[in-house]
Amino acid sequence: MKVEDMNNVLYIDLTKKGIRTESRRDLFDKYLGGSGVGIKLLEEECPPGIDPLGASNPIILAVGPLTALYPSASKTVAMFKSPLTGNLGESHCGGRSAMAIKLAGYGAIVITGSSDLPLYLAIEGDEVKFRDASSVWNMDAVTVGRVLREVEPGAGVRTIIRTGTAGPKMVRYACAVSETYRHFGRLGLGAVMGSKKLKALVITADKSVEIAKQKRKEYKRAYDVIQNIVVKTDAMEKYHDLGTPGKIYNLNKLGGMACKNLESARAPEEIAREFSGEQIAERYLSRRISCAHCPVGCVHLAALRELYEPGYYFKTVTVPYDNETIYSLGFMLGMQKAEDYLLLNDRVDFVGMDAISTGVILAWATEAYAKGLITKQHTDGLEFNWGDVQVYLEAINKIVEMPNEFYQNLAKGVEHASSVYGGQDYALAFGGNEMPEYHTGLACYMNNLTGARHSHLDSAGYDLDQKLMGKDFTIEGVVSALLKEEQWRQIPSSLVVCFFARKVFTPEIVIQALDAIGLEGWTTEKLEDLGREIHRAKMNFKFREGYDLAKLRIPKRIFEVPTPHGYLKEADLRKAIDIYGEMIGV
Amino acid sequence: MAKKLAVLDVNKCIGCMECMFACSRRVGRVGFDKSAIKVRSAGGIERGFVIVVCRACENPPCAKVCPTEALRARKEGGGVILNENKCIGCGFCVQACILGAIFWDSERDKPVVCKYCGDCVDYCVHDVIGLVDVKGEV
Ligand code: SF4
Ligand code: SF4
Ligand code: SF4
Repeated sequence: MKVEDMNNVLYIDLTKKGIRTESRRDLFDKYLGGSGVGIKLLEEECPPGIDPLGASNPIILAVGPLTALYPSASKTVAMFKSPLTGNLGESHCGGRSAMAIKLAGYGAIVITGSSDLPLYLAIEGDEVKFRDASSVWNMDAVTVGRVLREVEPGAGVRTIIRTGTAGPKMVRYACAVSETYRHFGRLGLGAVMGSKKLKALVITADKSVEIAKQKRKEYKRAYDVIQNIVVKTDAMEKYHDLGTPGKIYNLNKLGGMACKNLESARAPEEIAREFSGEQIAERYLSRRISCAHCPVGCVHLAALRELYEPGYYFKTVTVPYDNETIYSLGFMLGMQKAEDYLLLNDRVDFVGMDAISTGVILAWATEAYAKGLITKQHTDGLEFNWGDVQVYLEAINKIVEMPNEFYQNLAKGVEHASSVYGGQDYALAFGGNEMPEYHTGLACYMNNLTGARHSHLDSAGYDLDQKLMGKDFTIEGVVSALLKEEQWRQIPSSLVVCFFARKVFTPEIVIQALDAIGLEGWTTEKLEDLGREIHRAKMNFKFREGYDLAKLRIPKRIFEVPTPHGYLKEADLRKAIDIYGEMIGV
Repeated sequence: MAKKLAVLDVNKCIGCMECMFACSRRVGRVGFDKSAIKVRSAGGIERGFVIVVCRACENPPCAKVCPTEALRARKEGGGVILNENKCIGCGFCVQACILGAIFWDSERDKPVVCKYCGDCVDYCVHDVIGLVDVKGEV
């Protein structure tokens, strides 16, 4: 196949069990791929106001022009309407997903409709097979992967994207898992798959892209430039050695780590040490792996030997760990031992739920239980208590099984649960999405509130907060820096390159890389304009679906605990939101 | 001095597939259908990876079954050399290599086997694979 073939969009209709392929050069020429093409396809396919768990919600998986062709261009962008927030659902995942979609011959896959029977899709050659998934429908994310690995061809060069048990039950923050250890984590893609009776996708990379003869030298040159920067920048050291947990200890020391539902932003020294990247690596690190075509190898796997029955019955589980899950399932839940956190993380991955949302929801439930807003009747007998790993393990199962109304409500997210039982002042969701790790200052909360995905990676507010330590700044300055960052980030997420390697992909490098594969005519200005346009399109989708800056709920708790910049003031944050509104013209 | 590709330390492999992409890049391709090296998980990623590539056998079994002498043992001890013009695409060599190190290019109906060029080595930043002198060479 040729470079241009990435313009092919595969449309799969689950209701009619039909497929068609269409060249959408119109979209890829203008919007590159990933987030850019994704949001345009979402506009086309997602009618306003639909039920996110109804048949009319599309799932869009998009890769970009750099996917598979350059190192660290390793991510797939999923777009859908989020059942958690009710507006934009956008989630990124690596593993082998991006490489497989591209080398199966597609730039994007659009899945519409809903099946009557559980099924999984096997995309190989030019065929799409609709296969009965009844026998694996209620399986966990690990086991279903094992089954499909054996039953489908293409070992080593395919992706298996699947849901666990939470997806079919439509837990609104159910995730989709690829290659066992990578996730489309946030905003509920797994629930949308569940609503469509879609258990999994197996996509085989059985084609190759032919670089035109006259371009080969130039392509290799551009490739080598990127490869050399990727392996020589601090990305290698930062993400390969200890991985993202490398920054846990210092964040806590700084006082920016939310603990026990943000009862404080700094855990005691011994806890910080216990959960530091160094400690976990020394005790549990068993292997580092990478996404396809990325030399960094940031994924850290822990091996945990666990006694599961007296009489010397042990099992060893492998758990992927990173700083966000250490925060949500460790610090937020008041865990004392890294081992307990790993057990929780293992269970969350097994059922296939977003680890951040799960931790934040359980943290809220623990506080609400302590304050008497919920009782044992609600919890089906569980006594929520900081650090009690057995109770949390059971609670995770109950969220999936939903034995009563309380767990049905927990399965809808903390925004919803707190609207039923109270405790909104400490229900830590922003724009409906449970909050990420950071309690670093104004920028991180502006990021949480106004970022298109309510993800810390939207505009990296946590990073800006830390850079501003000890410096003078204005609210205007912060808002405009965040906006600029988020707008530019639409370019890496349209190419699609991993955000961990984002510093490698400067406008100059991006233009060179595109040129070398025959996509000519890009300039820094054009890229920046496009970043703004894509960001705007994403925000427009949110506004269309009811997102409203004036109605953003801000939990009081974040004003009660000092950040590294001191106490945050509600008036300042509201002012920042107003300024943001003016800047984007709403 | 004749070289061969060797797996130096498979435990360091992160499964990035950069070696596979490097091998196909030699023929202007991005993908795996022209690659002479393959990295796959050893039955689940948690168990680590297996690198499948020609180990340059002395007295290579694959060459022995080639009916046209398209695939011949290298003169300089160890490994094979393929003359595609003579190859009739019978696939016997694929079956003879119990390491599974002969891949198949179904577009051209010819085997794909390592040429010991070392291109892949340049892209393995984790020092998993390397070019070494073939045994018996000084
Ligand atoms: S292809 Fe297989 S049998 Fe032939 S020399 Fe290489 S490893 Fe030995
Ligand atoms: S040594 Fe050359 S031919 Fe052999 S696997 Fe590496 S790149 Fe391919
Ligand atoms: S390049 Fe090295 S680390 Fe990457 S898959 Fe190949 S052998 Fe493993």
